[in-house]
Amino acid sequence: MRFLPYLLAGLAFGFVMIKSEAASWYRIMEMFHFQAFHMYGIMMSAIVTGLAGVTLLRRYERPRTLDGDAIVIPQKESGRYNFIFGGLIFGIGWGIIGLCPGPIFSLVGMGSIGALAALAGALHGTWLYGCVKSRLPH
Amino acid sequence: MLDWLYAPWPWYVSGPLIGLMVPLMLWIGNRSFGISNNLRHLCAMTQPKSIGVDFFQYNWREHNWSLVFAAGAVLGGFLAGIVFANPDPVALSVSALTMFSYWDVPIGEGFLPPVLFDLTWMSVIVMFGGGVMVGFGTRYAGGCTSGHAITGLSTLQPQSLLAVLGIFAGGLLSAHFITPHLFSLFW
Repeated sequence: MRFLPYLLAGLAFGFVMIKSEAASWYRIMEMFHFQAFHMYGIMMSAIVTGLAGVTLLRRYERPRTLDGDAIVIPQKESGRYNFIFGGLIFGIGWGIIGLCPGPIFSLVGMGSIGALAALAGALHGTWLYGCVKSRLPH
Repeated sequence: MLDWLYAPWPWYVSGPLIGLMVPLMLWIGNRSFGISNNLRHLCAMTQPKSIGVDFFQYNWREHNWSLVFAAGAVLGGFLAGIVFANPDPVALSVSALTMFSYWDVPIGEGFLPPVLFDLTWMSVIVMFGGGVMVGFGTRYAGGCTSGHAITGLSTLQPQSLLAVLGIFAGGLLSAHFITPHLFSLFW
């Protein structure tokens, strides 16, 4: 039962990834070539909604989680080069396979062979990073 | 009545729904909305004891909630893409359609090009190789589109802005200089 909210949230997320067509290779190429507003509309309205939601949550007197804990926004780790170089490498991959990790998971649910190959690759890439982490600038 | 379940959703419906994940995950249990960490957890889960790379030595069971979230995303993909599948092709812009014909990419029925997503040696190699970059890069940057672009930016974290700039620059680079030549070269 403890995990049910996460399962439902994940289900909603995976559903929207497909229905928004953010999981479509065509849409990602269209985005990187500035040929349609669709993906930019998604990103911008998502950020604005997230910002508004978090602001409202903070405004609420004594905001609490489902378990009754005080709400604290998790902070990203510090660093500089890791964000730029990591983002760059991820971006190059994204511009080829047209899938970021969210869509990879939801497309696997659709039985996509290509997404399964991308998932296998992503796991190997993650593994590779874990092996060379200490030698990279962060 | 249920047409909207089958049809693709416009950006002003799907964008806000994605954005709502940020306060939703905070409300559920102070979690940062993001999916790519699961790649690390899956590695940690399956790492043989004899290898023992430090990065994967932690108690992944503490992140069960995240793996459940990812399982939900897989299930959501099945529901949206199989059970409530959109029968029509993606409504792309005319300029995008023209571009794909220049690239030698045949447009299939679904929303993925069959030449890249069906089972052939070439497609598996390209998808795997691109996947390696996605896995490596997201862990190096500590997040992907959900963790950095959506969560990071909407909680005003400057590190995420750096990551998003990197991601977009990388995507522009490959989408303009690599991907257009991929199809005529390999297929």
